[in-house]
Amino acid sequence: MAEFLQQIINGVAWGSIYALIALGYTMVYGVLRLINFAHGDIYMIGAMVGYYSTRALGWSKDPNPFHFVVILLVSMIACALLGFLIERGAYRPLRARSKLTALITAIGVSLLLENGGQLIFGADPKFFPTLIVNRPIINTPTLVITNVQVIILVTAVLLMVALQLFVYRTRTGRAMRAVAFSHDASRLMGIDLDSVISVTFMVGSMLAAAGGVLVSLSNPKIDPLMGLLPGLKAFVAAVLGGIGNIPGAMLGGLILGVAETMVSGYLSSTYRDAIAFILLVVILLFRPAGLLGKAVPEKV
Amino acid sequence: MNPAEPASPRPPIAIDPAALSRGRGRFLLRAGIALLVLVALFGLNLLVKGISPYYQRILILAGISVTMAVSLNLINGYTGQFSIGHAGFMAIGAYTSAAISYYCGNLNKPGNDGIMLFLTSGGLQLPEGVAAVIFFAGVAYVGGVAASLAGLLVGIPTLRLKGDYLAIATLGFGEIIRVVILNLQFLGGARGLTDIPGTGAAHSVFENPFIWVAATALLTIVVSRNIVESTRGRAFLAVRDDEVAAESCGISTTRYKVTAFVVSAFFAGVAGALAAHYDSYLSPENFNFLKSIEIIVMVVLGGMGSLTGVTLAAVILTVLPESLRAFSQYRMVIYSALLIVLMLTRPQGLMGHRALKPRKPRSARVAA
Repeated sequence: MAEFLQQIINGVAWGSIYALIALGYTMVYGVLRLINFAHGDIYMIGAMVGYYSTRALGWSKDPNPFHFVVILLVSMIACALLGFLIERGAYRPLRARSKLTALITAIGVSLLLENGGQLIFGADPKFFPTLIVNRPIINTPTLVITNVQVIILVTAVLLMVALQLFVYRTRTGRAMRAVAFSHDASRLMGIDLDSVISVTFMVGSMLAAAGGVLVSLSNPKIDPLMGLLPGLKAFVAAVLGGIGNIPGAMLGGLILGVAETMVSGYLSSTYRDAIAFILLVVILLFRPAGLLGKAVPEKV
Repeated sequence: MNPAEPASPRPPIAIDPAALSRGRGRFLLRAGIALLVLVALFGLNLLVKGISPYYQRILILAGISVTMAVSLNLINGYTGQFSIGHAGFMAIGAYTSAAISYYCGNLNKPGNDGIMLFLTSGGLQLPEGVAAVIFFAGVAYVGGVAASLAGLLVGIPTLRLKGDYLAIATLGFGEIIRVVILNLQFLGGARGLTDIPGTGAAHSVFENPFIWVAATALLTIVVSRNIVESTRGRAFLAVRDDEVAAESCGISTTRYKVTAFVVSAFFAGVAGALAAHYDSYLSPENFNFLKSIEIIVMVVLGGMGSLTGVTLAAVILTVLPESLRAFSQYRMVIYSALLIVLMLTRPQGLMGHRALKPRKPRSARVAA
């Protein structure tokens, strides 16, 4: 029983990371109907920025919760900027073109970030300096919960709550929801489409960056390709919950994280990566709109 | 047309004797061309044997890439479905054929040579050269069939998906295939499968994969073109242009999409078999997402739907990285930048503007 609980805890920790990345996917899809393949790599850049800024500030050997918060913020701001640039440079010129073109471009940006990262950062993995010393909070022979896990969970929840407030209680959030509903109607209502889309990208990137820093707390080995698989899995999580649906992304992330840990723990850890894709195929077969999504009938 | 016949409504495809004799003549002409092509291939093979192994390698790899790109073009270009898991089909073809070769056809490993023994000394008493050819052709075919079964499996569930969802679903399938292969120990698992026999008996004309590769590439191109330019094949283009309109015209989009997947996967599988037997080594990492992307770049660069463009792009994108070996570490960065720039400036690729336009149907030409 305790082992089951342990797996659940691990799963929820991973799930919150997936949820943070999935939120970015779902928001961008809601607003642009585009799957931003490059999103997983923004998660990677977040981790890298965190790594380099920790070293630049001389905090590598100085674990401290305050340092953690600062690095988190630095990473989030840097990636917000990156998200803005990507949208401006690669996606905005293609807004009028076919979705296929945009999809291929997104793949191109993703590859560019990964391989450019390999060139710039070096392909070898780096070790994220410890910002928070990993100490168990609950330490029984069968159940261990570390402070890092709690911090990851709490931070992710705080960010998600902040996002909910932002999207449902602010004017910009309302504008985002309007744009997700209809571009043309929003423009007619006086909403500046370009800035709203930029803000969406920036917020999504900030969340992904936060995910990158959080994951580096418990898995300090980072490399330029670390965003590929989590990015794909987070996309699956977004689809699972209903793409375009914010609570759906959170739910999907949690489900995916727990499912992965369960399969990895009880069945076979080598099939861990396949779980996400099997879930994807299953959900697309039986409920393509996602768990919390509404099936939109195709209008001719 | 026989002027003595009454002017009754005729079926659109003429069945009168005149056309039949034309048909027979046409068949002979085609058989003659096929024979000539075969002779040309053998001749080309001799020529190729004379050049250095490095250039031979480039030619062979180019041929395999052409097969892959042209097969993907059938799904992406002609049918308009965006599939990004093509490497998965290649992997299935490669591993199926390699497994059979390794476990049943390896004359150098007693115990692993069941079928070959049967062909040579056991039942059929064929000379080793002939046996090797038959064996490899059979193995490649089985690899292709296995891949096309996978294509069926992938095509059917993804029918109802459009655009982005389809892309991700095919990507997912590609990854599932790769992870499953990675976990099958009898296929080598993470270490990979080595010592796969070659494509023909030692010192025979078929030992050099070039002739197989060239024949496959040619076959893929011809089949691909013939399928789409045929009367029924125009449905593929209809599905690409507007699925809803196609359905309203009575075209079963289901059927054509699945057909595209199955045929395309077959050729990808054969290409995989060729690659496996050429390199004599297989690893699941060779068939990951990146490999699918490489093929997609070829199709996009060439212009989705343009056969000449895709072939050209496949050759260019095989030869160019080799000639720019000095910059090999920048290769993927250049690819990705190329992809982005291409989409921003010229999304129709090299020859997209000359994408396939359907010819006049056979009946119109016969009746003229």
